[in-house]
Amino acid sequence: MGNVLTIILQRLALGVLTLLIVSIVIFVAVNLLPGDFAQLILGQGATEESVNSIRRDLGLDQPMVARYLTWLGGMLTGDLGSSFAQLNFATNMGGANTVTVLDQILPRLGNTMFLAGVTAVIAVPIAVTLGVLAALYRNTIFDRVANIATLSSISSPEFFMAYVLILVLAVINPIFPSLSNIYDGMALSDRLEKTMLPALTLTLVVTAHMMRMTRASIINLLASPYIEMARLKGMSPMRVIVKHALPNALAPIINVVALNLAYLITGVVVVEVVFVYPGIGQLFVDSVKIRDIPVVQACCLIFAAAYILLNLTADIMSILSNPRLRHPK
Amino acid sequence: MMNLIIYLVVIAVAAWVMRFVGQKVTGNAPKFRDMTYGVAFGYLLAVALIAWLAWGYVQARSDDPLVANKFFFLKAAIEGFVIFAVAAWLFKLAGKTIGTEWSKKMFRSMPLTAAFGVLVIIIYIIVAVFAQWIAPYGQDEIIQGAAANITAGGNIALGGDPAYPLGTDQIGRDILSRLIYGAQNTVGIAFVTTALAFLLGGTLGFLAAVFGGWLDQLLSRLVDVLMAIPSLIFALLLMTIASVWSATLGIPLTVFMVLIIALIDSTRVFRLARAVGQNIVVMDYIEAAKLRGEGMGYLVFKEILPNATAPLLAEFGLRFCFVFLMIAALSFLGVGIQPPLADWGTMVRDLAGFISYAQFAPQASVTPLLAAGAIALLTVAVNFVVDWMLHKSSGLKE
Repeated sequence: MGNVLTIILQRLALGVLTLLIVSIVIFVAVNLLPGDFAQLILGQGATEESVNSIRRDLGLDQPMVARYLTWLGGMLTGDLGSSFAQLNFATNMGGANTVTVLDQILPRLGNTMFLAGVTAVIAVPIAVTLGVLAALYRNTIFDRVANIATLSSISSPEFFMAYVLILVLAVINPIFPSLSNIYDGMALSDRLEKTMLPALTLTLVVTAHMMRMTRASIINLLASPYIEMARLKGMSPMRVIVKHALPNALAPIINVVALNLAYLITGVVVVEVVFVYPGIGQLFVDSVKIRDIPVVQACCLIFAAAYILLNLTADIMSILSNPRLRHPK
Repeated sequence: MMNLIIYLVVIAVAAWVMRFVGQKVTGNAPKFRDMTYGVAFGYLLAVALIAWLAWGYVQARSDDPLVANKFFFLKAAIEGFVIFAVAAWLFKLAGKTIGTEWSKKMFRSMPLTAAFGVLVIIIYIIVAVFAQWIAPYGQDEIIQGAAANITAGGNIALGGDPAYPLGTDQIGRDILSRLIYGAQNTVGIAFVTTALAFLLGGTLGFLAAVFGGWLDQLLSRLVDVLMAIPSLIFALLLMTIASVWSATLGIPLTVFMVLIIALIDSTRVFRLARAVGQNIVVMDYIEAAKLRGEGMGYLVFKEILPNATAPLLAEFGLRFCFVFLMIAALSFLGVGIQPPLADWGTMVRDLAGFISYAQFAPQASVTPLLAAGAIALLTVAVNFVVDWMLHKSSGLKE
């Protein structure tokens, strides 16, 4: 077991290192802006004194490395700075009315997690079941139709799926609301109902991918000798797959699930905008439009962290579920 | 909900009956004898689904507008599906009989989905290249004398106008023309971006494969870091910065978008080009060329590139889809291709509100779906072709 622990610790260290470098990339990218934040906030007509005063307030007069370290330290302690959006710098910089980035992000992060969670709960069982069925009945008409359907749903843009679902399930047959106005203190059933359409949209996109990978990994296994043995001793095809193929296909399937959850992170942006779902993706896009740099920076780092974390999980899971890697010769 | 359960129970019973009757009537033919219950259920489910589609299609022709409206989109989808299937079949038939021996053979082995893909891609290319001549109006032309928000379909009783078959948008521009110009702008820009990404990623990837050593290490680690940030998120971050620059420098934002997406996508191309290149570099003919004293340019362009064409071409198709979808997503979010250029992502966003009229005036609500459908159709088509190419080159039979 000691060996696995070393491998996992190595991966974790690598993940942290990657995140650190990514944070540098994000920081440097933002600093490529012409002029600096102070000019950006105040616009063209600002006087020299006010620009300088804001520059001092934000610490922009310090060298870049020092600013990076301050920013990183803030990130680690949960102090993400103040948002530009509702900030009147002249009067209340650092005052009671300052909206911090954390205030904006925290509730929305929870909402996004909820959406991703609901999607995963719906998508994973469906995808694995369909994948197993497609592998079982491969090269039949069912498999062909499933292949065409999944390929189509992978390659269409998310907003196309979203609007088709709105059309069918919200407008023509009013089953779910097309606007997901979630707020705090909502009953869970209400919340679920309002989350359903965005979750279904993401499900459509993610399921297709997971199902294809599940099918491929099971078909790969079906060529192994022990499967032939099981078949020759007279096991039914379903039992062969569920008892022999599936446990061995678990590693790639877990991998695919984790990778697709990572994909959800980006898919969420467009879908949240379509359904006006108050998640972090929508906040990100809104901040991009009004150039609220601190929020953009923080969101970007959160997305990247989640992405790296999920990829790391996929990696570690596949090590844990593979006996050959667990007990290296 | 209750109805759905009843239908499922009926199908479940019918499946059992079908299998039982099949076994009795055919005298236990192997097909029915070995049929598991799940398969029988699947068959019946498919039959029920097709029956429902047929019923919906008939409903769409009903005289009661409320009922007809409800099934309007189902009818459109079925008709579209059938038309495309027939067109693809005819196209494949034509390809099998006309042309050179090589092209005939290719068409014979082609599945219908791939024929559909090739046909759609050809149509898009024609529309994109000849947009100026096909489109009845200009892309940003606010037509004098035409009202805004004319509905599609050209039926005057429903608020349409035969002069504008797909209607006009919120400020009175012809939607058909904008869709046609959208092909030119969206597809053209996506193509240029992909080509740039390949130029950058391919060159660096081959160089890394040929030189190895510190250059390879440096580039690979750089690409690893860039790939650790989700691409859409990174693109949005860079677009924020670019939007400030474009205002300062006076360069259109679209130019920045092309460069940013090309940069982000070139990391993926780099990975592939490096992997393919490394496999080729160890070949004996490369060794021979090196011993002959050939220069680096000769090695990359005359020896490696021709041998790497097949995987790179399939990758080009896939990357084009990703780039195209990313541009559409950025435009949809409002930071991609900027007006007055007509583009599909922006059109979807601008016209999306009309979807809520679908229950009473389906003609009014088709336009946002048309733009979104135009995007989906092309990416689906390219994916079908790439799927077929990969299938063919990998020699997979399963």
